[in-house]
Parts: sequence; structure tokens; C-alpha cells
Amino acid sequence: MIITVASGKGGTGKTTVAVNLALALAADSASAGPLFLDCDVEEPNAALFLQPVIEESKEVGQLIPQVNPDKCTYCGRCAEVCQYHAIAVVGKKVLVFPELCHGCGSCTLNCPTGAISEVLDVMGTIERGWAGPVEFAQGTMNVGEAMAVPIIKQLKQWTIPSATGDRPVILDAPPGTACPVVETMRGADFVLLVTEPTPFGLHDLRLTVEVARDELELPVGVVINRDGVGDQGVEEYCAAEGIPILMRIPLDRQIAEAYSEGVPLVKAQPAYRQKFRALYEMIQRQVEGGKQ
Amino acid sequence: MKQMKQLVVLSGKGGTGKTTITAALAHLASQEFPIVLADADVDAANLELVLNPVKQEEHDFMGGQVAIIEPEGCTACGICDAVCRFDAVHPPREPFEYAYKVDPLACEGCAACYYQCPEQVIRMEEQHAGRWFRSDTRFGPLFHAHLFAGQENSGKLVTLVKQQGRLQAIDTEAKLLLVDGPPGIGCPVISASAGADLALLVVEPTVSGVHDLERILATTEHFGVPALVTINKADLNPTRADEIAAFCVEREIEVVGRIPYNTVVTEAMVQGEPVTAYANAAGPVVAALVGLWEQVKANLR
Repeated sequence: MIITVASGKGGTGKTTVAVNLALALAADSASAGPLFLDCDVEEPNAALFLQPVIEESKEVGQLIPQVNPDKCTYCGRCAEVCQYHAIAVVGKKVLVFPELCHGCGSCTLNCPTGAISEVLDVMGTIERGWAGPVEFAQGTMNVGEAMAVPIIKQLKQWTIPSATGDRPVILDAPPGTACPVVETMRGADFVLLVTEPTPFGLHDLRLTVEVARDELELPVGVVINRDGVGDQGVEEYCAAEGIPILMRIPLDRQIAEAYSEGVPLVKAQPAYRQKFRALYEMIQRQVEGGKQ
Repeated sequence: MKQMKQLVVLSGKGGTGKTTITAALAHLASQEFPIVLADADVDAANLELVLNPVKQEEHDFMGGQVAIIEPEGCTACGICDAVCRFDAVHPPREPFEYAYKVDPLACEGCAACYYQCPEQVIRMEEQHAGRWFRSDTRFGPLFHAHLFAGQENSGKLVTLVKQQGRLQAIDTEAKLLLVDGPPGIGCPVISASAGADLALLVVEPTVSGVHDLERILATTEHFGVPALVTINKADLNPTRADEIAAFCVEREIEVVGRIPYNTVVTEAMVQGEPVTAYANAAGPVVAALVGLWEQVKANLR
């Protein structure tokens, strides 16, 4: 069971929900311990709450062209087929711009003399380990890099087994609705949308529903965080769209203070353990109900 | 200020209050001189929710291209699938389909399949990826955009919105281009910061906020943009706020204001008003924002 926790708007509580869901399920000895992936590779924060022990890490990136000058005839075919202007032939010189390259390999395929080989351009790191009974993995993009998607993709490939069965796999998504979010949602069984009941929260929730439910055709449910602040817009929207509200976390200064210190909610207020388990059961029912 | 200056509001971590602070600065700055606004969060643009813009112009944004396989002529040889590194090409789902198909959300428009297809039945098509707008607000013109769900090229759209804002600012001799940035440190952030004279980093006093400040600061330093820090909801955790202040001293970054936590900020948002313009908001939050603007202004000179 793969659950992606997303939100559109930043700071609504994605990491709080994802981390506490994992911790609540880890305490339940009936099932295998959950696997947790922090896919917000631009600003990964879950480790601050889960305090994992990292056991393995590797550098990731994408393959960029390297031209062998002995074989190159400077015909310019590579530059012609590159859609990203990442390779240019200037006189008797071939210039490669790694920050523009998408690692598609089209230049290699099209080079008539086989002068191009590919080398790894490092864009970040992926790591895995354990936070007690929670298996943990995260990706971190290097500062100055632009593209998060290759890192997220490789993090998922490295850690998520082809058949997860009943084991909960929880993915903490980045904010926004663009390609890194799509990559984090792809392949999920359920997308849990964390929002706050404000006009900003609602506006971005709508956009995220468009991505998850309408474009990717995944079942979705909502968690309202900071319930009690703002207005009724999110409630009305969910009712009109038939989107289930699966959990509410009230606006509570104590919760915010615990968060600010990196203390997970289920540790600060143990009653939430049961609430997050109930959330998981509701998600299971939603997914099973959708299959029938 | 003699020349037009460009100020970008960033945060790294999302939801720390970038838009709230941008809207307040727009209100305060526009009382002193003409400004132009740009919302560079094109995934989830929120500045319009508090500025009540009236749209004056609307334009299509053509993003990257995607591959399309003409089903007639496809012999299902599978070369397209084999060369695609983005898992964007899928084999036919028999018995109803007989041609390979491209998933437009996964396609990155590299055209590798286009060049390798032996039947030449693949074409590349530009995508209508979003819209951008020029609107009027009571604080000045606003340039904003909406990138369609799941699209790529957000950096390109950010650049376009900012360019338009910049041209308008130069034409009208506005003194400030105020840019509301996206969260993160990746491509749209890099585009939003390009050419900025100053970045205002909005941080919250939490373990995540401290961690993310280090990364966004490394990013602005990497691109050579001077930065100031403001601590939002500072009283939520005074110890963490002090830690941020100490970190900034060490890095020789000025902290320009600590804004207290108050639900009046959300009330103003629900009313669609910048908090500084919201009638019920007189008090410590507004005082902190007025002080913040004075310090930002001094740094823009």
C-alpha cells in the first residue's frame, strides 16, 4: 500500500502527517514496519523528526554526454537532436551544459561515429536506514541544482520493492503541483492531501486534486490541519466534490510548539497514535472500496 | 531609490508566510512610490487571493513539447519504448489497442523516440502548459500565472512573468519590482532570484525552518544575491528564534524584524486583505511589518 502525502501549499503539515502516520503504524506489531520516503529533496525535513540512523548512501544524478575527440567529426548532429540546447558544436569544440541536460541519451543514439559516451553528473544524494521500526529513506538535492525529478525517481526505484503487499509505504511530497509532485504521486495507491482551512489552503488543494485525481486518476482524501482557523471553504469544497475528510488536527499552540522542537505529535500527545491508525484504516477502506 | 530595484521574497520551506509578507510590503511600499508586483509561485499562486486583481491581459504559455505517436503506421516494434528513459512510452494494451502510446505527463519532450522511430510516425507537439496575466491591483500592476497541473517548465514561466513585470516597471518608472517567490531551492527558485538586487528570506522558528534557511541561504549565496532574514511567528519558539538570529550573525546576514504569531494574519487572509491594510489588525504584527519594510527599504538603497 503506497500512500503519497501531498498538499500544494507549503507548510500545511505534510511532514507532520506523514511522519506520525509512519510512527503510529510502526507501533502496531500486527503488520510489517512501514517504509518512509522523504521525497521533498529540495528541503528534506522528515529526518529532523524521525532521527534515522543512515546505513547506506549513494550519489545520484543523471547521465550526461562525454565526447571522445578522437572519434568526433564535429558534424553537429548531437546539437541538432538535443531539445534542451545542452550540447553545442563550436568549430572544433563540443560544449556540454550539464545544467540544461535532461539525460535523455538522444545525442548518444544519434551520433554517427559513436563518439559519445555518458558519465554521471551528480545532482544529489539518496540515503537509507532505520528510524527504530520505520525503514527510512531520503533524497537531498545539491544546492544550485535545478531538477529534483531525477533524484526522486532514483530514490523510489532504489527503495520501493516491486510488490509492497500490505506493507505501508509512505511518501512525503514536496509542495507545489509541478513535475516533482507528479513524480512523487506516480505509482501511489492513495494520495492524502493535507490542507489548512484558509483561502490559500483551499486554492492550492483544488490544484492538487486536479493533479492527483483528475490527471493521475488516483483516489484522494483530505486531512484538515489547524482546524478551527480560517473559514468553511475547504469543507464546502470537499462536500461538493465528494472528497472524504479523513482526519482533523485542531489549531493548537502546543502542537505547533512540539513541531518547532522536532517532537513528533504521537510522542507529544500519545492519543494521536490511535487517531493516525484510524486514519490508515480509513485509507485502506477507501482503496478497497475503489477497487470493487 | 534612483533606479528600479528587484526584491524577491523566498523561504525554502513552504508555508512560512512569504505571500502574507509580500502583500504587506506591497501595501506599504506602494504608499511611497510606484511598484510592480510579480507572483513567481506559478504552481500555486496565492498573491492574487489578497490583492483582488482585475485582469487586464491574458496570454497562453506554451511550455515544452511532448511526443505523439500516430496510431496508423505504428508497427508496435517497441523501439520508442526502448529508447525512452522517462518511462513515458507504453506498449499497446491488447486486445483494444495496437499502437504504442505516450504518457504526456511523463514525457520530457526529448524527442529521442521521434528520431529513432523507423516508421517516422512520431511527431513532437508544443504543449499549452499554462496562462499568464497582467492585472491591476490597488497597489500597482501584478504579473501572475497559472501553470497547468503537473506541467514542467515552471522555471521558464517564472522567467516570463518576471520579465514582463520588469519591462512594465522600466516603462512606468516604477521604483520596485516585488517578487513573491516559490518554496524550495530548485528551478523555479533559481529563476525567481535571477537578477534580484535583494532577497528577503522568511523563516519560522522551528527545526525545519532552521534547516531550510541554511539551504535557501546557500542557494542565494551560490547565485550571488544578497539576503536579509525575517523571522515569522517568532514568539512561537523564542529559543529557536534566537538560534536563527545567532546563525545569521555568524553568517553576517541581517535579521530585519521578528513578526509575532497572531490569528489576525489568517483573519486578514480570509477577508482578502494584506494584514497591514486590515482594519482589525492594528497591533504588534502590523508594527513589526512596518519596521520590516523600513529596514528592507534601507537595504535596497
